Amino acid sequence: MKMQSAWEIAEGVRKGSISAVEIVEEFFERIERHDKEIRAFITVSKDSAIQQAKEIEKKRREKKLGRLAGVPIAVKDNICTRGIETTCASKILKGYIPPYDATAVRMLKEEGAVIIGKTNLDEFGMGSSTEFSAFFATKNPRNLNHVPGGSSGGSAAAVAKGLSAVALGTDTGGSIRCPSAFCGVVGVKPTYGLVSRYGLIAYANTLEQIGPIANNVIDAALLLSCIAGHDPHDSTSIGENKDYTKLNSSAKKLKIGVPKQYFEEGTQKAVSDAVWRAIKKLEGEGAEVEEIDLKSVGYALASYYIIAMSEASSNLARYDGLRYGFQDSSGARDWSTLFSKDRKAGFGFEVKKRIMLGTFALSAGYFDAYYLKAQKVRNLIIQEFQRAFKKFDVLIGPTMPTTAFKLGEKTVDPLAMYMSDCDTVPANLAGIPAASIPCGSSNGLPIGLQIMAAPFEEGKILNVAKTLEDILGVYAE
Amino acid sequence: MKDDLGLKIGLEVHCQLTVLKTKLFCSCPSNYRGEDPNTNICEVCTGMPGTLPVLNEKAVEAAVKIALALDCKISESMNFFRKNYFYPDLPKNFQITQYDKAGGSPIAKEGLVETIAGIIRIRRIQLEEDPGKLSYEGTIVSSPISLVDYNRAGVALVEIVTEPDLKSPKHAREFLQKLRSILEHIGVCDGSLEGAMRCDANVSLFGGKRVEVKNISSFKEVERALNFEITRQKTMANVAKAEGMETRHWDDVRRVTVTLRVKEAEEDYRYFPEPDLVPITISKEYVADIRKRMPELPDGRKARFVKQHAISEEIAGALVGEKLLADIFEESLKVYMAPKLLGSWLAIDILGYLNRSEKTLADMKFKPKDLAELAKKVEKKKLTENTAKSVVIKAIEQGTSTFEFAKEGAAITDEKSIMDAVKEVFEANPKAVEDAKSDPKAINFLMGQLMKATKGRADHELARKTIEEAIAAGS
Amino acid sequence: MKGISREDVRHLAWLAKIELSAQEEETLSKQMAEILNYFKVLDKVDTKNIEPAYHVREIKNVFRPDEPRKANADEILKLAPTKKGRYVKAPKIV
Repeated sequence: MKMQSAWEIAEGVRKGSISAVEIVEEFFERIERHDKEIRAFITVSKDSAIQQAKEIEKKRREKKLGRLAGVPIAVKDNICTRGIETTCASKILKGYIPPYDATAVRMLKEEGAVIIGKTNLDEFGMGSSTEFSAFFATKNPRNLNHVPGGSSGGSAAAVAKGLSAVALGTDTGGSIRCPSAFCGVVGVKPTYGLVSRYGLIAYANTLEQIGPIANNVIDAALLLSCIAGHDPHDSTSIGENKDYTKLNSSAKKLKIGVPKQYFEEGTQKAVSDAVWRAIKKLEGEGAEVEEIDLKSVGYALASYYIIAMSEASSNLARYDGLRYGFQDSSGARDWSTLFSKDRKAGFGFEVKKRIMLGTFALSAGYFDAYYLKAQKVRNLIIQEFQRAFKKFDVLIGPTMPTTAFKLGEKTVDPLAMYMSDCDTVPANLAGIPAASIPCGSSNGLPIGLQIMAAPFEEGKILNVAKTLEDILGVYAE
Repeated sequence: MKDDLGLKIGLEVHCQLTVLKTKLFCSCPSNYRGEDPNTNICEVCTGMPGTLPVLNEKAVEAAVKIALALDCKISESMNFFRKNYFYPDLPKNFQITQYDKAGGSPIAKEGLVETIAGIIRIRRIQLEEDPGKLSYEGTIVSSPISLVDYNRAGVALVEIVTEPDLKSPKHAREFLQKLRSILEHIGVCDGSLEGAMRCDANVSLFGGKRVEVKNISSFKEVERALNFEITRQKTMANVAKAEGMETRHWDDVRRVTVTLRVKEAEEDYRYFPEPDLVPITISKEYVADIRKRMPELPDGRKARFVKQHAISEEIAGALVGEKLLADIFEESLKVYMAPKLLGSWLAIDILGYLNRSEKTLADMKFKPKDLAELAKKVEKKKLTENTAKSVVIKAIEQGTSTFEFAKEGAAITDEKSIMDAVKEVFEANPKAVEDAKSDPKAINFLMGQLMKATKGRADHELARKTIEEAIAAGS
Repeated sequence: MKGISREDVRHLAWLAKIELSAQEEETLSKQMAEILNYFKVLDKVDTKNIEPAYHVREIKNVFRPDEPRKANADEILKLAPTKKGRYVKAPKIV
C-alpha cells in the first residue's frame, strides 16, 4: 500500500485535493485491520479525531490551515492529551484523563494535526523494547516475533506499518532512536531544551525530550518545526521555533567523525557493515571522514542509569493514588499504608526496581559515590563532545549495537536490556541532538544509522539524513 | 533559673510572602483564605503528571528585602533543591526548597536580629513552597480520616532558621513578635493573616536529645508549647542520655505535644538539585538598588520616635512592636501633637487591653484622628485622662467607630461605688461568676453587665480590676 | 561497594512507599546488587576537579509574571478517587 507522507497530506488538505475526514478515516481503517496484530495503540480516539478533521475542513473555507493540516498523528502515551486517557502504559494511571494538553500537543493542534490515538510504551518510558508495558507488548511490524524497540515502540511501529502518518515519541536514553532503528523509520531526539517538556510525564528531567518519528526525513523535519521553540511553561526550554524543512542535501566538505567506541565488541557485524557502507557513500559525495576516540563514552551507560533512576525515584513519588490514578480499596489503616499498597499494585517490577535504585543512589551516605559521581562523569562526557564538535560537523555510528532482538530475549537478565542503550545514552547525557535513519537491513530486520551534532545543529543532522535518504532511498519492506 | 537547664531553643519560622499576588511556581492567586476547599488550584500546584514549576518574578525581590532587614549575607547565585518525603499534603511528595549543602545555595545566610534579651543569629533564609492543609474530624490522633485541601499548596514561603540562641519560651515569643514587625515594616508578609507566619521549634535540655515541635500556629502557642515541652523533658528520666532527634506535634486544643508515631526508620530527604528550575543570579547592583529603596525598619523607627518625640525607649519599643500600632501613633500625631499622651495610651493602655482580651488592632474601628481629638481635649482639661482611656477601651471592646461618653452624670471612679456595683452584678449572675474562675472570657460578660448597670459611667480600668480581684479572691 | 541486603531493600521500600512481597525483596536484593556492581565502573574515572553537570544547558534567571490566572479546579478535583465534599479524603495520619 502506498503510504502518504505527512507533507503530502498537509499540502493536499490545504489545497482541497484531500479530504481531512476521509484521510483520517482511512488511517482508522488501517488500524482496524492491523493493530490487533501489531498492538501499537493503547487508545484510539476515533470520535475526537473525526471531530478535529471536520473542524479542519471548516477552517479550509476560511483559508486558516496550518503546516500539518489534516495530518493524522499518534502520540506516545506518556504525553498529556486533554480529555484523552493518558496511562504511561502503567496500571497506576489507568483511566487518568489529563486536565491539560502538553505544549507540543497544543502546538500540533494549532497547526491542524489530528490526534488519532495514544501509543504503547515501556511503562513510564523505562525500557528499550516496549515489553515492560503493563498492558501488552507491541510487535515489530517487520517481524512479529521481534521487539519494535523502546520505549516509544508503539509510535515507531504505528508509523512503520502506516497506522499513522507521523508520531510523537520521547527519548530519555534512546527511546525514539532505538525503536526507529528497529522498525526502519526516521526518529529525531532534539537538542535538550529545544522542545518543551511541559506535559511530558517525567521519567528523567535532565535527559528527556519529545521528538518526531516519521517514515521520511522531510516529515520528521516538518513535525520538529511545529513543536520546537521556547515555552514559558518550561524553565529549561530554550531556542527558537525554526523551520527545519529547508533541507540541503549535499555532503560536500562535510566533516564526519566516526567514534571508535560505537563499533566495539558487541556490535553485530551486519550493523557495522551497513553503517560503514553508508559512511563511505557520504565520503563519495565529498565528505571528509575520520575516526575519533571518545574515551568517556565507555562510562556513559553507568552515568546515565544512575542519573535517570535517581530523577525517576523523585518524579514518580507523586503516584500515591490520592489525587488521581489507581487507589487500593482494601481499606488501608493509615495514609502511609495506602500509598504503599497503591504503588505496590500500580507499578510494574521494572519501575519498582528503578525507583529503589534511584532512592539508593540519592540516599545519605551514597549520594557522593553515586549521584554526584555520575553527574561529574556526565560533565566529562559533555566536554568530550564539545571538543569533538569543534573538529567535526557530525558524528556518525550505529544507533543500536544489533538489529531488533526477539521478544523475551532480554527480559530475564537485568543488565542485558540496559546494555543495549550504550550507543544512544551519550547524546542524552550531553544534551545534543541525535537522529536515527534506516541504512539497510539484515535478515529482514532494519538497521539504523545514528547522526549526532552540536547543540541546536538539528539542521546539519537533517541535511545529512536527507542526503543519505536520497542515496539509499526511503526504507521499504 | 533557666540557665542550669542548658536550654537550647532554635526556631524555624515559615513566613508567607503575602505581598505576592500569585503562588511561587504557578499563577494561582496567593490568598486562599475564605475560599472553598480545592478551588484555588491548578495542574502545577497539585503536581499533575507532566507539569513544571516556573519561578514568580517578584519572589526574589521580596526575599532579598527580608535578607537585608535581617542583616544577612546574600548569595550571588541561588538554586532550588528537592526535599523528598511522602505526606498527604505534599502534592508531588517532594517539596521544592533550598539547601545549603551538596552545591545548594539558599538566598541568604548568617544574619542577626537584636532582641532585648540578646542577639539571635540567623543561620539561613530560604525560599520554598507551602504544602496543602490537612484537617481532621476530631484531633489528629483520634480522627479516622484526614481531609486534604490544596488551596495553600505552592504558596511562596520564606523559611527563616535561627541558631539555638533563644534562652526561654518567653524570649522565643518576643523574638517572633519582633520578626513579625520587621516583616510588616518591609511589606512582604502580613502577619495578621491566618497562617501567614508559622513556626517549628527545636528544644533540647542538658545537651540531650533535640526535640522538634511542629504545628505551632500562633505566637501565644509558641510560648505554651515550649513551656510544656521543657517540663516534659525535665521529667523524663533519660533526657541526658538520649541521642538523635524526635519530632512531636503540638496539639493546641489539649495543650500537649504528642509523638505522631513510633519512628519505624530514619527519614532521609535525599536532597538533590531541582532539575526543572534554573539558577538565579543576584547581582550586587540588584541588591544595592533594593537596599536604597528599603523602608524604615522597627529599630530605626524606634530610635526616631525617641529622638523626635522625646518618649521613653520602652514606649517607643512597644509602639514599633506592631507596625499598625506605630502607624496609628504617627497618624494621630499628624492631627494633634501629644506624643507622650498618645504614646502611653497606645503602648500601655490599648496594648495592655489587647493582650488581655482576645481582640486585635483590627477590632479598633475608630480613626487615629479621633484618638488625637481625645488627646487634645485632655490636654485642654476638657476631659479627664481616665475618662478618655475608658471610652477608648470601651470603643474597642464594642467595636464602635465613635466614642460614647456617659450621658448623665460624671464618671464613677471611687472604689466603693464600683465595689457595690460589682457585688450586685455578681449576685445577679452566679453562673458567670463560677465560669469566670476558669475562663477569662466570662469576665468580659460580667464587665458588660456592670457597664449596663452603671449606664457606662464606671471607670473601665477600675471596674475590670475590681472584678478580677473579686473573682481571684473567690467571693 | 557492599551488596544489598534484604534489610536494605526493606528500608528503601519504606522510603519509597512501595510494599514488597517476600519474593520481590529477594529478587530485588539480587538484581540491585548486580546492577550496582556494574556501576562500580565509575570508580575508575578521575573526577577530582570536575563540577557536576546538574544542568546541561547554561540557562539562568527564568521567571513568570506575578499575575493571577484562574484554572480548571473542578476538572482537577474530579480526578481524585476518594473525596468528602470538596476535600480529598485520605486515611488517618497516625
